[in-house]
Parts: sequence; structure tokens; C-alpha cells
Amino acid sequence: MNWLRRWFPSGRTVVTSVPYLWLLLFFLIPFVIVLKISFSQSAIAMPPYEPLWQWASGKMLEIRVNLGNFAFLVEDNLYWRSYLNSILVAGVSTLGCLLIGYPMAYAMARSSPSTRNILLLLAVLPFFTSFLLRVYAWIGLLKNNGLVNNALMAMGVIDQPIQMLQTDFAVYIGMVYSYLPFMILPLYSNLEKMDLTLLEAAADLGSRPWESFLKVTLPLSLPGIIAGCLLVFIPAVGEFVIPSLLGDPGMLMIGKVLWTEFFNNRDWPVASAVAIALLLFLVLPIMYLDRAQNQAGEDGERK
Amino acid sequence: MQGRSWFRMVSLIIGFAFLYIPIVSLIVYSFNASKLVTVWGGFSTKWYGELLRNEQILGAAWLSLRVAALSATLAVILGTLAGMVLARFGPFKGRTLFSGLTTAPLVMPEVITGLSLLLLFVTMEQLIGWPAGRGMTTIIIAHVTFTMAFVTVIVQSRLVQMDESLEEAALDLGARPWKVFFLVTLPIIFPALLSGWLLAFTLSLDDLVITSFVAGPGSSTLPMVIFSKVRLGVSPDINALATILVVVVAIGVAIAGIMMTRQQRARDRDAQMALAANQQMIESLKKN
Repeated sequence: MNWLRRWFPSGRTVVTSVPYLWLLLFFLIPFVIVLKISFSQSAIAMPPYEPLWQWASGKMLEIRVNLGNFAFLVEDNLYWRSYLNSILVAGVSTLGCLLIGYPMAYAMARSSPSTRNILLLLAVLPFFTSFLLRVYAWIGLLKNNGLVNNALMAMGVIDQPIQMLQTDFAVYIGMVYSYLPFMILPLYSNLEKMDLTLLEAAADLGSRPWESFLKVTLPLSLPGIIAGCLLVFIPAVGEFVIPSLLGDPGMLMIGKVLWTEFFNNRDWPVASAVAIALLLFLVLPIMYLDRAQNQAGEDGERK
Repeated sequence: MQGRSWFRMVSLIIGFAFLYIPIVSLIVYSFNASKLVTVWGGFSTKWYGELLRNEQILGAAWLSLRVAALSATLAVILGTLAGMVLARFGPFKGRTLFSGLTTAPLVMPEVITGLSLLLLFVTMEQLIGWPAGRGMTTIIIAHVTFTMAFVTVIVQSRLVQMDESLEEAALDLGARPWKVFFLVTLPIIFPALLSGWLLAFTLSLDDLVITSFVAGPGSSTLPMVIFSKVRLGVSPDINALATILVVVVAIGVAIAGIMMTRQQRARDRDAQMALAANQQMIESLKKN
């Protein structure tokens, strides 16, 4: 039997390699292809780009690297402004999620265990319903004759509707709304695990509630804050659906730019170059998130 | 303490109101007789009738449901394997890359994932002739890739919490590793697999951006149809559709939640009974 075992891969190897190969083939290799195509010339063909290398007259390998797409990104200030604006919008939305999510996660973690589960379920439930339809719901609420304007006019706060849809304000609302569960969940699991005797000790030593919050709870919840912020910020930078449904049509977001280059202009190489530039910006936060998650996992194992 | 509990109540109420008012408004307006979505024209269920006669939406919904069921199932299998690897296998060569590959799809902007998968499919078709064209197969591969990351996180965190001594005991008693997995580990982490499947199913059912990149001309999924309709403005039959989806999901999540709580309670009870039996045995031994 031993010779058999030597020839067949062990169960462990099989279990590791199946998901590993899947992710390599369908997640990592595609980025290499994007990188390759970002260096090629666009062409009117299917697929609409020229090959990076080909056998010229059957003998010589001809390689044509085209840096033009990246030069284009640097020269045309549309791209620069889209990048900066996306980072700004994602940053402000992350802050908004934190301001609403932290008190919620805190209140949930400090309620009695039976209420806690119900509250947690309530917080996750919207996450299970369609993201697209929840963004769509805000159109009905924010438009000129929508619910919010009608309610404000009925209360006499305003005389005529305020333009809310197709503004940056609507995009912020939609972003905070859609990404809120991503902020609440890591914060909640962090705050729930916290050792409450630390707060008692602080109180015994004469610390006021807000003081012990600032000096004990807040620093201890920092890993949760970081994880939540990264989980919101990274996907928000490339968001496409929310700005295109709620924002001004001229609003510059890098996700929209990529979409337009690909679907409307059919310029695959430029779309690839945009994707690579965005990816380079996001690699560090993603690696940081991965490290933070592994650390949280190891802490859990130690307990 | 009084002031603080007041603050907690207010932040919960504001937070949940923010989360639920849009959903409730969709449900309410779906019963609005008026075509002007935001002007109340009396109660009516006519938009549901209209929805059921809309063949484009029904066809897209059927495609989306099949894609979601298949890709959620595949994602649970792959995600469970990946979760096992990360939670149980310890360090191995290439673990850092593996862990990165399971985290990155969680947060990767969808436009990037979608574009890169499409370019992969196009390149593969040029090189080996598969997948021929784009359609259901390519959509399923794409959905499995990004939803398995969510399943991995859920399964991994459940495995880390789980008492490893149960598995060790089974191994000590001579069970083969695969038997331990199917008879000990799998029943314990089953609730996590269930919630992973549900999450993967809803994420797949809902995905617009990645799907738009990898779908072929004849394979429009439900979100693609909704998106092209919604871009033109609010329409009441979409409200009806949203209501149906919300109700179905709410029922599904509620059932899963109740099942998990029951299981948890049963497990707690068993543990308590075992403890009590143990105590009794010790007592009787002491008497003797």
C-alpha cells in the first residue's frame, strides 16, 4: 500500500489544491491578462485589441509594447480628477459609515444576549436583500416629488422641493446606506468580545463613563474600526452602481470611467490600464486587510 | 448609566430607521394604484399582475435563480475547502498567497473583477476554444469566484471557534480524517454552511457589475434587466418585484435564524445534561 500512497497526492494536498487552483486560474491569472492587454493597442476587431506579440513573417517574434494607454491616463486630467474624486467620495462615505455604525454596533454589543441576536439579524437582513433594489429605493425617496421632499414640504420646512437626486449628497447617502453592514459586523464582533471588567476597573478607579470610553473602549476597538473602514473603503473606491443611479451624470468616479471605456467606447486596452492603475492603489490596503484578518483569526485560536 | 442607555436607544432607532425606511417604502409603493410612483392613488395589486405578464423579467429571473443556485452550491464546496485549509492546516508553502487570494475578492471593486474575468474568458477561448462564447457558464464561474470568498470567511471563523478536541478525540479513536470531517466537523459547522449558501445565493442573484462584463448577448440576468429599466426612471412593477424578493429573503433568513437558535439551544442543553450527569457520577463515586 505504501507505494500507492507515494504516487497519489495526500488528502491534504487535494483539499488545498482544489480551491487554490480555482483562485489562481479565475482570480490571479486574469490580472496578468489585464496587465498584458493594458500594454496593447486598441483595434477595431473582436477582441478589440492588437496582440502584444506575434510571429512576424513566421520567423521573428515581434513584440509591441504600447505605453500609450498609461500616458493617456496621465495626460488627460479626466482620469486624475476621477481618481481623486473616487478616493474622496469613498473616504467621506467610510467616515459616514463609521459615525452611524459605531454607535449601533456599540449599542448592539451592550444589550442583553437575547436582544443582541435579534438586533444582529436585523442589521444583516438588508444585506441579504438586493443591493440594486435598495439603491433604487432611494430614487423614490430623494427625487423632487419623492417621499423626503413631500414630507419636508408637508411639515412646512421648505416651500419647494430641494434637488437631492443626481447630487453628491444622494451618492453619499447611497454609499453609507449600502456599505453600513460591512462596518457594523466587524465592529460588533470586536465590541462583543471586549472584557467588560476593564470598564468596571476604570470606573472603580474614578474614571467617568465618557473617559473610560475614550481611554479603554475606543483603543480596544481599533482593530474593528480598521477592519470595518477597509471593508467599506476599498470596494467604495471602484463603485459603479450608486453614482450612476443616484449621482449627477457628469460625476467623475473611476468605476464609471472604466465602465464607459469598456462598454461605450469599446476601448479595452484603456479600460485595462484604468483597472491596473486602480489596482496598484488598492493593493496595499488589501494586503493590510488580509494581515489584520489573519491576526484576528490567530487571536481567536489562542482563546 | 441612565443617560447612556438613552443614547444607545436613540442610535439604534436612527440606525435601523435608516436601514429599513427605504425597504418599507418600496413595499408600500408596490401596492400603489397610481402610475406616478410617489403619489398615492389607492391600494392595488395590479403591478404584481403586470409583473407576472412581463416575459422579459420572468425569463431573466429564471436564469438568475438557476445561476444563483448552482454557483452558491459550488461556492459552498470550494469555500468550505478553503476555510478548512486556512483554519486547520497551519503554515504551508504558499499560504500567504492563498490567504490573500481568499480575502481580495471580498473587497475587490467589481469593475476590476468583471473586466479581468472577461479578458480571461476571451483569452481562453482564443487559446483552447473554451468557454465557447459567453453565457450561463461564464456567469457561474464568475459568481463562484467572488462568492466563495464570503463562504470561506464564514466557514473559517466557525472552524476557529469550534472545539478542536472533538476532532482530535475522533482521530484518537481511529477515525480516518475524511470520516472525521463528514461525521464530526461537518454536522457542527453546518449552520455556517447554510448561512454561507444563503449569502452566496443572494449575492449571485443580485450581482450586476461583474455579470454585465461576463454575460453574453442572450443571457441577461434579472439585475441587468432591472438596471436598464431603472435607469429610465422609477417604475411600479419593479417595486412589486422588490417586494417579492424582500419577502422571500426575509422568510429564508428568519427560518435559518430560528433553526440556528434552536440548534444552539439544543447543544447548550446537551452540554448541561452531560455536565449534570458527570456531577452525579462524581457524587456517587464519592459516596462509595
